Amino acid sequence: MAARPKLHYPNGRGRMESVRWLLAAAGVEFDEEFLETKEQLQKLQDGNHLLFQQVPMVEIDGMKLVQTRSILHYIAEKHNLFGRDLKERTLIDMYVEGTLDLLELIIMHPFLKPDDQQREVVNMAQKAIIRYFPVFEKILRGHGQSFLVGNQLSLADIILLQTILALEEKIPNILSAFPFLQEYTVKISNIPTIKRFLEPGSKKKPPPDEIYVRTVYNVFMP
Amino acid sequence: MATKPKLYYFRDRGRMESIRWLLAAAGVEFEEEFFETREQYEKLQKDGRLLFGQVPLVEIDGMALTQTRAILSYLAAKYDLYGKDPKERLRIDMYTDGTLDLMTMIMVRAFKPPAEKEETLTSVVKSAKTRYFPVFEKILKDHGEDFLVGNKLSWADIQLLEAILMVEELDASVLSDFPLLKAFKTRISNIPTIKKFLQPGSQRKPPPDSQYVALVRKILQF
Repeated sequence: MAARPKLHYPNGRGRMESVRWLLAAAGVEFDEEFLETKEQLQKLQDGNHLLFQQVPMVEIDGMKLVQTRSILHYIAEKHNLFGRDLKERTLIDMYVEGTLDLLELIIMHPFLKPDDQQREVVNMAQKAIIRYFPVFEKILRGHGQSFLVGNQLSLADIILLQTILALEEKIPNILSAFPFLQEYTVKISNIPTIKRFLEPGSKKKPPPDEIYVRTVYNVFMP
Repeated sequence: MATKPKLYYFRDRGRMESIRWLLAAAGVEFEEEFFETREQYEKLQKDGRLLFGQVPLVEIDGMALTQTRAILSYLAAKYDLYGKDPKERLRIDMYTDGTLDLMTMIMVRAFKPPAEKEETLTSVVKSAKTRYFPVFEKILKDHGEDFLVGNKLSWADIQLLEAILMVEELDASVLSDFPLLKAFKTRISNIPTIKKFLQPGSQRKPPPDSQYVALVRKILQF
C-alpha cells in the first residue's frame, strides 16, 4: 500500500493550499508536517530535502517534490485531472496560470503593510472582475458544460473554485455580475470530495491571521 | 504545409525570450510581430486573442496561446523536449520552474530605479551561486551524463543555458566554482540549432536598455 503524501509547510494556506485542494478533490488522504520554527526549516535544508531550499515540499511516490506548479501538475496528471490530450492539457495550463496570478495577490495580501491592504483588496476585486472572471464566464456560457475543459473535472476547476471562495471571503458579492460562475461555484462545491473538504474538520486551512503571519516571519526571515 | 508559429511581444527579451530559445533549439522557424505603439497592443486585446489581456502571445497549431509557462510546456511536449514519462516530466518541471524564478528576478530588475538595480544585481548573483547553480552542478555530478534529465536534451537544459548566460552578463565570473556547469554551457552551446541562435543575426534579443523599459511602460501603462 502506498504511503500517504506528506506536506511540509507552515500551518496555514500560503502556496500549499492549492495542493491541499487538489489532493482533497482527488480523494487522496495526506499527512502534514507543520513548520513552526526556523530550526525546522534549517533541518530540512541541511538534510537536502528541499531542491531549492524552499517549501512547499510534498513527499509522494518516493520523491520530494518542490515548486508549487510542478507539484500541482504531477498530482493532477496522476489523478486524471489534467485533460485527455495535449490540447486539453494546454488549455487547463493556461487557465490555471491565469488563476494563479490572481491567487498570488491573495497569498501576498496578509504580508502587506496595513495601509496597503485595503487598497490591495480593491485591486484584487478589479482584476477579478475585469480581467479574469469575464473570461471564465464566457467559457462556461460558450460550451454550456459544467466544467471548464473537456466536460470533466480538472485542475483548472479546482484552482478557480479555490480562488473564487478566497475572494468571496474578502468581497462577498464579487460574483454578482457573473451568473454562470455563480452556478458553477455551487456545482463544483457539491462534488462529494470537494464538499467534504469544505466542511469543518477537513484539512482546509482558515484565512490567514496574525498568528500565521508571525509564524511565516519566524520561519523564513533570516 | 503548416504555417510558422507567430510571436507577439515587444522587440526585447522579457517573458518571450525563453520561448524564442525553445523554438530555436527545436529548429523551428518562427515569425514575430513587435509592439511599437499602444494602439497595436489595444487592437490585439480588442480582437480577443489575448486570453487575460496579456502577452506573450504565440499563435501555433490554430491556437492563440498565452501564459509563458503554458506556452513553454506545450512547445516542450510538441518538440519532444519534455522527457519520456511523468517522472522525467516532473523533474524537468521542477528544474525549469526554479530557473524561471531566477530569470524573473533578472527580468524585473530592468524596471527598477537605479539604486535598487545595483542591489538586485547582487542578490541575483548570490541566488544563482548559492541556491540554483549548486543544485544543477550536483545533478550533473551525480549522474555524470551530458544532459540534466534522461540523458537527452530537454527544455531543462535549454532553460538552464539561457539562465547561465543571463547571469554571466551581470557577473562574468559566476561559474568559477562550477566546473561541470562550465562544461555543460560549452556543450549545450555547441548543439547546432543553439549555436546558430547564439550567432549574430538570429532572433535572440539583446539585454534590455532604457529605451525598451520606457516603451513597455508606455504601452502597458505602468
